[in-house]
Amino acid sequence: MFSYEFMRNAFAAGTIIAVICGIMGVFVIARNMSFLTHTLSEIGFSGAAFGVFAGWAPLNGMLLFTVVSSVIVGQLSARSERREAATSAISALFIGMGILFLSLANKNASYATSILFGSVIGISVSDVRQMLWLSLVVLIVVFVLYRFLKFDSFDHTGARVKGLWTNALSITFLVLVALSVSVAAQIVGSLLIFILLTLPAATAKYFAHTVGGMMVLAIALALIGVWSGLTLSYFTNYPVSFFIAAIEAIFYFVALGWQRLQTAE
Amino acid sequence: MTNAPILKLDHLGVTFPNNPVFSDLNLTIRQGEVWSIIGKNGVGKTTLMRTLLHQLRPTQGKVTYLPSVNDVRIGYVPQFRNIDADYPLTIRDFIGLNLTGWKLPWLSAKERVKVQRIIEQTGLTELANRPIGQASGGEKQKAYLAQALVEAPNLLILDESTASLDPVTKTELLDLVTELNQRLNLTVLFVTHDIPMAQKYTHQYLMMTPGKVEQGPISQLTDDKVWEGENV
Ligand SMILES: Nc1ncnc2c1ncn2[C@@H]1O[C@H](COP(=O)(O)OP(=O)(O)OP(=O)(O)O)[C@@H](O)[C@H]1O
Ligand SMILES: [Mg+2]
Repeated sequence: MFSYEFMRNAFAAGTIIAVICGIMGVFVIARNMSFLTHTLSEIGFSGAAFGVFAGWAPLNGMLLFTVVSSVIVGQLSARSERREAATSAISALFIGMGILFLSLANKNASYATSILFGSVIGISVSDVRQMLWLSLVVLIVVFVLYRFLKFDSFDHTGARVKGLWTNALSITFLVLVALSVSVAAQIVGSLLIFILLTLPAATAKYFAHTVGGMMVLAIALALIGVWSGLTLSYFTNYPVSFFIAAIEAIFYFVALGWQRLQTAE
Repeated sequence: MTNAPILKLDHLGVTFPNNPVFSDLNLTIRQGEVWSIIGKNGVGKTTLMRTLLHQLRPTQGKVTYLPSVNDVRIGYVPQFRNIDADYPLTIRDFIGLNLTGWKLPWLSAKERVKVQRIIEQTGLTELANRPIGQASGGEKQKAYLAQALVEAPNLLILDESTASLDPVTKTELLDLVTELNQRLNLTVLFVTHDIPMAQKYTHQYLMMTPGKVEQGPISQLTDDKVWEGENV
């Protein structure tokens, strides 16, 4: 299958995505942001639709929408109880807009499904290159902020006591999530992107007890999901996002069961 | 021997919207002193501590850190913290969280030694590699204390950290704090409702009652005053 260029591109893209999602996912889980991540991926859909409507590359539309809205959400409610409700409202608004832009752009339904569910066929070498650049930006920022991000994500009270600028960190992190969502949506689609950003890390949480360990395991789990998803999709012609979602969900439930057994003993 | 003051509160007051908590609080805290901060629930002890930590801006008066604000390194063990049973980090990793800064992601050899030393001092050696989510309430308190101590503060604030400890663990922890006080001249503020403990382990008291604040050497904290402070 590697004799096809699109499969080589898909594997390269998938590998980048798995690494980014494994690392970011650990913080997403620690910060209890699964729901917000889900919303950002819906916003990503809307942004992609806007991109199509405006005649841009969908990725650029996604970037615009997710980054702007992550800053807004961050301002609205960095960590309050109100966040859930505010997030739902924003999410509803953006899905509606996404549908509107798609209908305005006059594209057929298959275009919408490829944004929503992702696709392996459309990925070009230049797409891969752009994803690589964006991912590098995310990785570098995480590397530089690592100790602050780690403290704030895993012990918010302690970080506040220490006088860390937790609100600024929170907004910066949301922007990083927005970038990751836009990158990852290329393959798995905006509807399922939060799977890679949450499930591998949520699974890793049960087995690893250091932040570094969680990251390595989360990356590994994401890689297994993406690589086997691409392979299975290639041989069966079923959608890649289905396989990725199923594999990651199975890992998660196995981990949950394992955890139950451990505590039952 | 009187030591140099490290903290001066001048006419300090905090008012939340429509809720005056305390006002006109004057206090000088010197290096190496051990204070108990007492008073009934809701009187403003935690609020006062958060003001010292720059988390709240006083609405009146001011806090002066001496010789300068950077010389007062505060270690704080907060009253509440959410660490659920699922929490993945080991006690060792949790303690290391406090070593922040513009540094490489992983701890240096020197920093790992620092963490290890604190683990030994706080009696957490056996538990260090267990997830903190699975530690008991008292073990968690020890880990919180260790985390606060890892950056070598010169002012340690404990907000009711001994409330959930059994007598043996409590004594261990207080002995450790006393030792650090004597060896390193660590200044300590204990927020507590435990008067016998305050009398045994602290030198001065600050009693907060609505509308008035009283202070003095702990020997002058009579039962009458305690009764008044905790009940009126
Ligand atoms: N962020 C806040 N906004 C408004 N009011 C507050 C806030 N934090 C505390 N208060 C009020 O300030 C008062 C003092 O609270 P504080 O937590 O300082 O009491 P405390 O002495 O520490 O009590 P306890 O012994 O129960 O810990 C209370 O009436 C509380 O309701
Ligand atoms: Mg309190």
